[in-house]
Amino acid sequence: MLKISRELRDMIIAHARADHPDEACGVIAGLAGSDRPERFIPMQNAERSPTFYRFDSLEQLKVWREMDDRDEEPVVIYHSHTATEAYPSRTDISYASEPQAHYVLVSTRDEREAEFRSYRIIDGDVTEEPIEFTE
Amino acid sequence: MAIEVRIPTILRSYTGGEKSVQGSGSTLSELLKNLDAEHAGLRDRLVDGEALRRFVNVYLNDEDVRFIGGLDTPVKDGDTVTVLPAVAGGAC
Repeated sequence: MLKISRELRDMIIAHARADHPDEACGVIAGLAGSDRPERFIPMQNAERSPTFYRFDSLEQLKVWREMDDRDEEPVVIYHSHTATEAYPSRTDISYASEPQAHYVLVSTRDEREAEFRSYRIIDGDVTEEPIEFTE
Repeated sequence: MAIEVRIPTILRSYTGGEKSVQGSGSTLSELLKNLDAEHAGLRDRLVDGEALRRFVNVYLNDEDVRFIGGLDTPVKDGDTVTVLPAVAGGAC
């Protein structure tokens, strides 16, 4: 299960809408081992593509070092699909490399209603999980 | 000669759970071969044939080695090499 505040959910959706039609991507950091997403970190999509995303390698180094300094880890890794459903694709699955993270997918294919779903992706296996929105 | 190599979570099965290991070599290529002698299989996760794998980021101190020589990047005592799997994906 992913427990996340409505505020963080809204920030993720706003980021996805702002970058549409390119895919948006980012991290929500939280204290290592807490499973609590707390700190919203939108990332550049170095691919700037409507069908692919990749964190810029130097930005990723900076953010990962910062998390390490703060005893944090990536609790949520999010990205958006701009014309397809909010479900992990084959490439999403093959590149998922943070086994403790909740992979959040947003779809901005509909102008009015964003889809927001969460998954665990471990060793190539995808499991959708329920989301509890907190205050 | 000691070069610190920081290992991401997903590769710590090769290092007995350690997040940092030491190695030696005068290029990144030599360093990875040196590490592989003690942590078998680690090099293959980073190198495909004779080139670094596309979706693994390797940094020498603050720089991405892709821009400073790839596997031929010179390394020296006191350097820190950091490995981070790329975070990427897409619609298909």
